[in-house]
Amino acid sequence: MSATASLRARRVGRRAGHAALGVGFIALLLLLWDLGVRGEWVLLFDIKMGFLPPPVEVARLMWDFAFGGVYDDAYSGTLWSHLGASAFRVLAGFALAAALAIPIGVLMGRSELVRATLDPAVNLFRPIPATAWVPLVLLIIGFGSQATIFLIVLSAFFPILLNTITATREVSPRLVEAARMLGTTRLGVLLKVVVPAATPGIVSGLRIGLGLGWVILVLGEANGIDTGLGSMIMIAREQVRTDRVVVGMIVIGIAGYLSDRVLVLGLKGLFGRRPLVRA
Amino acid sequence: MRGDQAVTAGTTTRAAAAGAAGTTRRTREPDEGGRIVLRGVGKQYATRRGPVDAVAGVDLEVTPGEFVAVVGASGCGKSTVLRILAGFEQHTSGVVEVGGGPVRGPGPDRGVVFQDYGLFPWLTVAENVRWGPRQQRVSRARARARAAEYIEVVGLTRFADRYPGELSGGMQQRVAIARVLANDPAVLLMDEPFGALDALTRTTMQHELGRLRAASGATVLFVTHSIEEAVYLADRVVVMAGGASHGVPGHIAEVVPVELGPERDVNAPDFNAVEKRIAALVHGG
Repeated sequence: MSATASLRARRVGRRAGHAALGVGFIALLLLLWDLGVRGEWVLLFDIKMGFLPPPVEVARLMWDFAFGGVYDDAYSGTLWSHLGASAFRVLAGFALAAALAIPIGVLMGRSELVRATLDPAVNLFRPIPATAWVPLVLLIIGFGSQATIFLIVLSAFFPILLNTITATREVSPRLVEAARMLGTTRLGVLLKVVVPAATPGIVSGLRIGLGLGWVILVLGEANGIDTGLGSMIMIAREQVRTDRVVVGMIVIGIAGYLSDRVLVLGLKGLFGRRPLVRA
Repeated sequence: MRGDQAVTAGTTTRAAAAGAAGTTRRTREPDEGGRIVLRGVGKQYATRRGPVDAVAGVDLEVTPGEFVAVVGASGCGKSTVLRILAGFEQHTSGVVEVGGGPVRGPGPDRGVVFQDYGLFPWLTVAENVRWGPRQQRVSRARARARAAEYIEVVGLTRFADRYPGELSGGMQQRVAIARVLANDPAVLLMDEPFGALDALTRTTMQHELGRLRAASGATVLFVTHSIEEAVYLADRVVVMAGGASHGVPGHIAEVVPVELGPERDVNAPDFNAVEKRIAALVHGG
C-alpha cells in the first residue's frame, strides 16, 4: 500500500519537476527576449531585436485583443471571432483531408492493384508545396474561405495518406492469419483487423496533418479574407504593427498546440483503455 | 465447485489445470470433419536461381481425434505442412484434404495456435475469445456465454477484461487456445505453441493441453522442436528431414507410433526409449 503510494508520489513529483523545467525554459526565453529588445541586440541572420516589441507590451496587447478595455480600437476583444473563423477553416480542411486520406490510404496499403494505380499520381502531386498552389488556387477558386480550406485539405491530405499506407502495410500478417482462420471475411479483416491494428500510425498522420493545417492557415488567409488569425497577421504586417504580428503568431501557436491535445485526448477518450494511441 | 477454482494471480498449478479441465461441459466426439489426408504433397518456391522444393512427397493420414506431433530440424518443412493445412499457403502438388474436402484457404474448421499467439491486442481476453463465434454469426449473447465458458476452461476468468499486453506469455497462449476452442474446430493446428514459454509454464501447458483436447475431440497436428514434448503428447510422431538448405526437399523420414498409454512419465524407461529412437531419426537422418 504505502509502497505503491510512495511510488505514485514519486511519479507525480517527477512530472511536476519536468513541468517546472519546461515552464522555466519558456521564462528564460521571455527574459532573453526582453533583454534583447532593451539592448537592441543584433543576432545571426541580421535579426534586429530592437525592432521587436518587448514581451510585456505583447502581453498587454494580447489581453486587449482577447478582452478589450486597454486600447479599445478596432481589434480590441476580436480574438475570439478571428480564432473561431480560423479554427473552423483548419478543422473543416483537416476533417475533409482525413475523410479522404484514411480510406484511400487503407486501400493503397492493402491492395497492390490500388497502390499501382494511385502511387505515381500521389508521388507527382506530393512534392508540390502549398505555396506553389496559391496562385493557381486564387485563379481557379478565387479569394476567400473556400480557397483557404482547399489549401489546408491539400497539405493535410498527404501526411495522413502516407502514414495510413505505411501503417496498414506494416500490420502483422499474423493478425490477418489469425482472423482468417477464425472465419473472418476479407472485408471483415480490412475493417476489424487492419484498421485497428494501423490506428496508432494513422493517428500519427492525423496529428501531423492537423499541425500542417495551422501552418497553411496564414498562407490561405493572406488574400482577400478579413476575419481570421492569418488575415489579421497579414494586415498587421502592412500596418507595420510588429506587436500585433507577434500576438497573432502566439495565438496560432497556442491554438495548434491545444488542437493537438484535444485530438489526442479525444481519441484516448474514445478508445478508453484500448492500446490504440501511442503516448 | 466453481468457487473452489482458485487460480493464484498470474500462475496456474497442476491442480488448477485439473480443476479447469473438470469444468469442461462441452464434450465433443471426434467426427469425420477431423480427418486429414495428405497425398504426395509438395510445395515449390520460385527463386532467382530457379524453383526450389520446400517439401515434396508428403503422405500422411490422420484419423479424427488423433494427436499427431511433427518434429524435425529447422527448415525441414514441418511448419510449411501445417501452413498448407491451415490454408495460409498453397501446395503446388498432391492432394490436401480435411474432413473429406480439399483445403481452399483458411477456415474456422481448422483452428490455428501460433507460437507468437496472434491475439488482437486492442481487444480484451473476452473479446478475443468471442471473435470466432461472432464471425460464425452466433448471437451476441451466445457468443458471450461461449467465450466465458472457454475462458473458464483455461482458468482465466479473473482476467477476462484484461488486454493481451497485460498478460504473461503462458496466459496469452491460453487465451489463444480458448479462442480457437470457442470456434469448435474439427482440427487444431499448433505451430510450436509452447516454444516461446519458459520451461515451467511449458510443462503446465502441455499437461493442460492433453486434457483440453480430449474434451474437444479435435484432431491435433502439433509442430514442435521438442522431442520430449512430442512423445509426451502425441499418439504418433512424424519425423521430418531434409529441407531446402540440405539440397533435399523436406519429407517425412518416419512415422513413430507412441504406445505409452494416457498417463505418461517423462522419466520412465519406456518413454526414454521412444524419445531416443526419435532423436536418432532427427539427428542421424
